[in-house]
Amino acid sequence: MNAIVIKNNQQIPFDSIPTLEYNKFLEYNTALLQNEDCHCVNYYGIAVQENVKLICCIANDKEAVINVYSSLVAPQTPLESFTQHHFAFEKFEREIHENFGIPFLNHPWLKPVRYPFNTSNKNNTIANYPFFKIESEELHEVGVGPIHAGIIEPGHFRFLCNGEQILHLEIQLGYQHRGIETLFLQKKKVLERHTLAENISGDAVVGHTTAFANLWETLCQATTDEDLHFSRTLASELERIAIHTGDLSGMCTDVGYQLGSAVYGRLRTPIINFFQQWCGNRMAKSLIRAGYSNFPFTEELGEKLRKVLDAFEPDFDEISRETFSAPTVLGRFEKTGIVTNEVGKSIGLVGMAARMNNSNRDIRTSHPYNLYPSISHQPILKHHGDVHSRAQIRREEVKQSISYIRNLLDAIPAENKNRTALSKPTPNAFILSMVEGWRGEICHCAITDAQGELAHYKIKDPSFHNWLALALAVRNNEISDFPISNKSFDLSYAGHDL
Amino acid sequence: MINNLKILVHQGKQYIPDVTKVEIPGVFRGLPVISNENVDEKALEAICPNKAISIHPVQIDLGKCTFCGECAFAFPNKIKFTKDYKMASNSREGLVVKQGVEIPIVLNPESIKKEISDYFSGSLKLRQVCAGGDGSCELELGACSNVNFDMGRFGIEFVPSPRHADGIVITGPITKSMAEPLQICYDAMPEPKIIILAGTDAISGGIFADSPALDRSFLETHTIDLYVPGNPIHPLTFINGVLELIRNRKK
Repeated sequence: MNAIVIKNNQQIPFDSIPTLEYNKFLEYNTALLQNEDCHCVNYYGIAVQENVKLICCIANDKEAVINVYSSLVAPQTPLESFTQHHFAFEKFEREIHENFGIPFLNHPWLKPVRYPFNTSNKNNTIANYPFFKIESEELHEVGVGPIHAGIIEPGHFRFLCNGEQILHLEIQLGYQHRGIETLFLQKKKVLERHTLAENISGDAVVGHTTAFANLWETLCQATTDEDLHFSRTLASELERIAIHTGDLSGMCTDVGYQLGSAVYGRLRTPIINFFQQWCGNRMAKSLIRAGYSNFPFTEELGEKLRKVLDAFEPDFDEISRETFSAPTVLGRFEKTGIVTNEVGKSIGLVGMAARMNNSNRDIRTSHPYNLYPSISHQPILKHHGDVHSRAQIRREEVKQSISYIRNLLDAIPAENKNRTALSKPTPNAFILSMVEGWRGEICHCAITDAQGELAHYKIKDPSFHNWLALALAVRNNEISDFPISNKSFDLSYAGHDL
Repeated sequence: MINNLKILVHQGKQYIPDVTKVEIPGVFRGLPVISNENVDEKALEAICPNKAISIHPVQIDLGKCTFCGECAFAFPNKIKFTKDYKMASNSREGLVVKQGVEIPIVLNPESIKKEISDYFSGSLKLRQVCAGGDGSCELELGACSNVNFDMGRFGIEFVPSPRHADGIVITGPITKSMAEPLQICYDAMPEPKIIILAGTDAISGGIFADSPALDRSFLETHTIDLYVPGNPIHPLTFINGVLELIRNRKK
């Protein structure tokens, strides 16, 4: 047996993951990915004494299973890279190289990912990073960041331009690295870990906390109560509405469409204010907890949310009709920042950024969790892969989420008042939990030791897959179109840097 | 054109007329009050994920508090979070809420630099630097300028260049990689200039306080003019704090 086959959010004994000899590991991996339904959801290394155990998790979206297999290697031994066969492994291998120093052969560029504090090469710092250069009299460089002009997170963008046209964009991140994965092990209290999960990415609080809570409950062998499933599903769709609406506002700002900017901007307010009414925090921090909830969703809250949506929807439709027919907006949205289906598949795009070019990738359908098995979600797909497609997806997903929420509100489960406290996590276990955040698939993996303590915690934000898409999307665009392309993806720096 | 006008009309009035007095709807965990009731203080202290609670007597440091409310759920008679969003202080000690003391947090006028009211009371331009912030405080700072909170009406605005800024607003626990860019940005601002720390992560490091990936030395060498607690900050907490700081105090 080459791999153990698990479901989303299923725990297995850590020992049951087959360990293959590296060549076999590589061969099996390449063979698996011949199948178009398969994609990599996580590939990372953990230190096992002097060696490194590489763990690869490949999801089969059609069969709703994840293949998990591993290989034990010495950190100094050069290894043939996965990337030469499948480009989607490019960043995963860079990360493994950065953490453990494994020299991958035939990898195009083992450049640093995030300069973690515990990197294998302490001489590499973000300040002395040599950006990619092309010596030419015709070209010039434009450096942007780490601090940007707006109120956003830091990262460095280095453009190589031919006149106004972007020839190449290099994105270097790592400024946000806070050592979250290490802190997950250092902090022993479950509430501390919830707080960490809430702070991975401040605009995907529900996504990351749900991934953690689902994972933790399974790890403690608890069955998730119906009302907890309900509030996580509801919150996840609300978060999608809030961020998509806010991003439509940002996209209108970037093309100078003031009305859209103001109206979408203010439409986000009642949605996040509803989070406020529900749990006291506009970003839904403190809402989701493994095994309990401080904020039961009552019929009264349901009534309030219905009213919020009733007021939201006509205004949203009105401004969307106007925005999506305004020549000034369409002129900037259409054919800008294109990532084709072929490129998207090769770099392993996930979530909204995959669906914009007709890749049907959505964890809500392929590996359903919480209440999604009963929702029978149909992903919204677009074909052009441009800014306009990303804007349309946001518009239509907002509408879809509203209809899901309305249905959910018809059957609000009663709060379980007799909850039992969670027991200790299973010892020597491996678990993988995926959810579809508004950006795309969020994947958390945990490994426990013989005492049932966390031995390793791995977080993968969808931005980890998708940042490269932005760099490719802006090629041959005018540099003035960069902000709109950037906003249309709205990727997370903090979620990437951890 | 007519459609655009219709949309404008349909929005109605979205701004909050008086941001200093408006009540936040629903649940909001603002300024806590701590009663004198006897409880198992050790258990209370142990609940807090951010080590914001200290005992004998019980105190909550809002600079560390993440406002999750878990302590109030476990000890409802001991700790209550009120809906008072005016929690900004110009001293670090001002953020510590003590047992049995039920007074609002106000700025200490003695320690406000004279230039602030001389130069900034009618207009304050701010440069925001995110140094490891998760994006939530940044979203809320952005919301301060939206049509609902409309901070611009007080002459308070975020500007793209530090050269145009009178103050810097720092979010996030200040990562190693952001320590130098932060210093460069601060140095690029003309004098006089102020520093505002927005959010629990910036004030104390929050849940990241003991992370080896931080470099908070910037804070040791500079005077902070305003601390705005919250995770994330609420726009009303920020706006009211800044308005108090720059208020014209000339008699």
